[in-house]
Amino acid sequence: MGRYVARRLLQMIPVFIGTTLIIFLMVHVLPGDPIRAMWGDKAADPAQVASLRHEFGLDQPLWKQYIDYMVDLFKGDFGKTFGGRPVSEEMGMAFPVTLRLAAVALTIEIIIGIGLGAWAGLKAGRAADTGVLIFTLIVISMPVFVLGYLARFIFADELGWLPPNVQDSMNLQQLLLPGFVLAMLSMAYVARLTRTTFAENLRADYMRTALAKGLPRRRIVGVHLLRNSLIPVVTFLGTDVGALVGGAVVTEGIFNVQGVGNLLFKALGQREGTTIVGVVTIFVLVILLINLLVDLLYAVLDPRIRYA
Amino acid sequence: MRGAQSAKWVALAAVVALAATACGGNDSDSGSNDMNKGTADPNGILTAQLSEPQNPLQPANAKESQGSRVLKQIFAGLVDYEPGTGKLVYVNAESVTPNKDSSVWTVKLKPGWKFHNGETVTAKSYVDSWNWSANVENNQTNSSWFQDIKGYSDVHPDKGKPKADKMSGLKVVNDNEFKIELNSSVSYFAYKLGYDVWAPLPTGFFKDPKGFGEKPVGNGPYKFISWDHKKMIKVRKFDGYQGPNKAKNGGIDFKNYTTADAAYSDLRSNNLDWIEQVPTTALTNYKTDLGKRAIDEEYSAVQSIVPAFYTKQFKDIDPKVIQGLSMAIDRDTITKTVLHGSRTPADSYVARGVLGYKAGALKEQVTYDPAKAKSLIKEGGGVPGNKISIQYNADQDHKPWVDAVCNSIRKATGVDCVGDSKPDFQADLNARDKHQVKSMYRGGWVLDYPVNSNFMRDLYGSKAAGNTSGYANKQFDELAAKADKAATLDETVKLYQQAEQVLAKDMPAIPLWFYKVNSGQSNKVLGKIPYGQDGDPIFTDVQVKKK
Repeated sequence: MGRYVARRLLQMIPVFIGTTLIIFLMVHVLPGDPIRAMWGDKAADPAQVASLRHEFGLDQPLWKQYIDYMVDLFKGDFGKTFGGRPVSEEMGMAFPVTLRLAAVALTIEIIIGIGLGAWAGLKAGRAADTGVLIFTLIVISMPVFVLGYLARFIFADELGWLPPNVQDSMNLQQLLLPGFVLAMLSMAYVARLTRTTFAENLRADYMRTALAKGLPRRRIVGVHLLRNSLIPVVTFLGTDVGALVGGAVVTEGIFNVQGVGNLLFKALGQREGTTIVGVVTIFVLVILLINLLVDLLYAVLDPRIRYA
Repeated sequence: MRGAQSAKWVALAAVVALAATACGGNDSDSGSNDMNKGTADPNGILTAQLSEPQNPLQPANAKESQGSRVLKQIFAGLVDYEPGTGKLVYVNAESVTPNKDSSVWTVKLKPGWKFHNGETVTAKSYVDSWNWSANVENNQTNSSWFQDIKGYSDVHPDKGKPKADKMSGLKVVNDNEFKIELNSSVSYFAYKLGYDVWAPLPTGFFKDPKGFGEKPVGNGPYKFISWDHKKMIKVRKFDGYQGPNKAKNGGIDFKNYTTADAAYSDLRSNNLDWIEQVPTTALTNYKTDLGKRAIDEEYSAVQSIVPAFYTKQFKDIDPKVIQGLSMAIDRDTITKTVLHGSRTPADSYVARGVLGYKAGALKEQVTYDPAKAKSLIKEGGGVPGNKISIQYNADQDHKPWVDAVCNSIRKATGVDCVGDSKPDFQADLNARDKHQVKSMYRGGWVLDYPVNSNFMRDLYGSKAAGNTSGYANKQFDELAAKADKAATLDETVKLYQQAEQVLAKDMPAIPLWFYKVNSGQSNKVLGKIPYGQDGDPIFTDVQVKKK
């Protein structure tokens, strides 16, 4: 087990360097000069542009920029934004917000998704199953921005239960609405996935054995069936955490959440290489670690899986 | 009770049923919500929309509107402009007077003004501030605003390190008087002084400019309280303020919004008192949504399409062809339909509300006349290739009007026209700067200072840095140079009006329309929010209702 984890951690190093290099290069390939763009439609003063480019190290050859960046990174310095603020400070504000939002979404996803899926799976072929199928199909086919505006229109503008926008991004209650919207799509997938594995495993040999042993139904479903059915769901949830952390740009935009999605979106518009690479670096780390965690969770869920 | 609700397409039957039972009433503008009823609370706090300023809050470091909006409240400059006419008003200055040929200006300050920390505002506060901001090493985005001053090239050389840290043209006479010597005559120099970059700075600034940028101390109607990054910037009324524009409210909370949609929905639910601009999706119905609380104000900015004169197509073009293209655009219809009344057709190169704007400076050139358009293009030898494209950036809402303009040109003249979209503003700028535009491009200009020279010399002068189309006209350059050296401002303005007629013949750009602010205010605001010429509210004059 320990060796397995060590090997996985070592494998992360080339992946990490590769992804940051690719992102770094891609940012520089994008057309446009971020410094010149500060002047917008107005004329830029070449001397000032040159001086600013020097300040941010953009006058150096690309390979040197990358090495400088990586050296600073290993010292824990993520560089600074064009406004002169440390990127680590910007990320320090954005990541906790996004993590909270992701946690809210993930909780909703797990509770409602698995619940609905299990219910439908147990009643496979009956009205409840069809009902859940139709509901999930509707949710899956709806783009997130439609869902977002619709949810705001109903719950905030008309019913007035929740504030239409997030005023304080760290307030869990205010994150409920965006979290719900964010959770909807994945929740539908979780429900479908759980339903299928449930329906399948219901006919498995060990179920018949358990039933024959005379175990109470609560225990059969709650322990044997649930545990065995969760493996594909956990895999999905694992990848979904990555998506939740990184892919909430639209939802964050609609509800005015000051999270990582917004940070990244803005940085891209400004070609702020330091922020983009910094955020992506964290993404890569998060996704790598979560994948490792998911793999380790398999062993917990299914004793037949062992890592040497 | 409930005002006219826009029937959103998302409102499915079930939602409508819910809506009917829920009694909102927030959108209503009658009864106790009447914007003109109630008494003003001199200490009421206003909440306004803002995005995160890009740079620290230093006066010469706000090229974008967000930082500038805050700086304008915290600092008071020497002069300001009267909204509507563009006339000069003295703020911190008692007088700003030129010598005979407008090359040396004497500034006298109103004595006894204080910074928010109690320090006295003196001539030195101004001179030191300008010297620092102009210095190339201090990396202020607006440093080139000081280029008229003698000695600018010493602190801001084209290449290499500055030779001095002071501009020789600035001389302190005494605490309340200083002289500005310019490189050459600029008759409207006093007008430039209304911009944020010319603000004075207290001595504390120079010890730690960066720290100051996080916690600025100014001399304006509001004092800075706090900047909670990406959440809120708070400013409060400065009781010791002696200027003419004392705040009529207790202060402003600038709240951070990431999208126009989010801000608009907060405005509708009265969680926010003022927004910058309604989202494009709401342009069609914001007036019904908001009723009297809707704001529809013109400001001094112009949008045009500019031929790239470095291309084969427009290199030796007969101006008649460009005139013809201009006349093929049905500005009235497009502004009313596609743009939902968010612009007004342009009739001049200079935007309305600017000193020297002459209504109808362009007449037939901007009047829709398909027959004449066709014949003019024919007379001028036609458009090479019989096809033009208009470059624009797709990350802002330009596609609809570009398509409409193209459609209009195509229908009227038979010249094929397509939009050439660049993914974002940076890519668009990049192509313009590198002279890679294939045919024509979208150009926009918001005033820097309300004199007509700003809309002409800085865009169409053959050596102007803002001239990216490669346009050059000797006659225009000569007139502009003469106008800058004129003895009086009136004469300058008149000479520029003559220069505008040169442009009208030569058509270096096709002016399309002037911009408007489409915004709104909450029902906590008393009366209409007044606007300045730059499209931003005059926050000091906004009154908040007593609760």
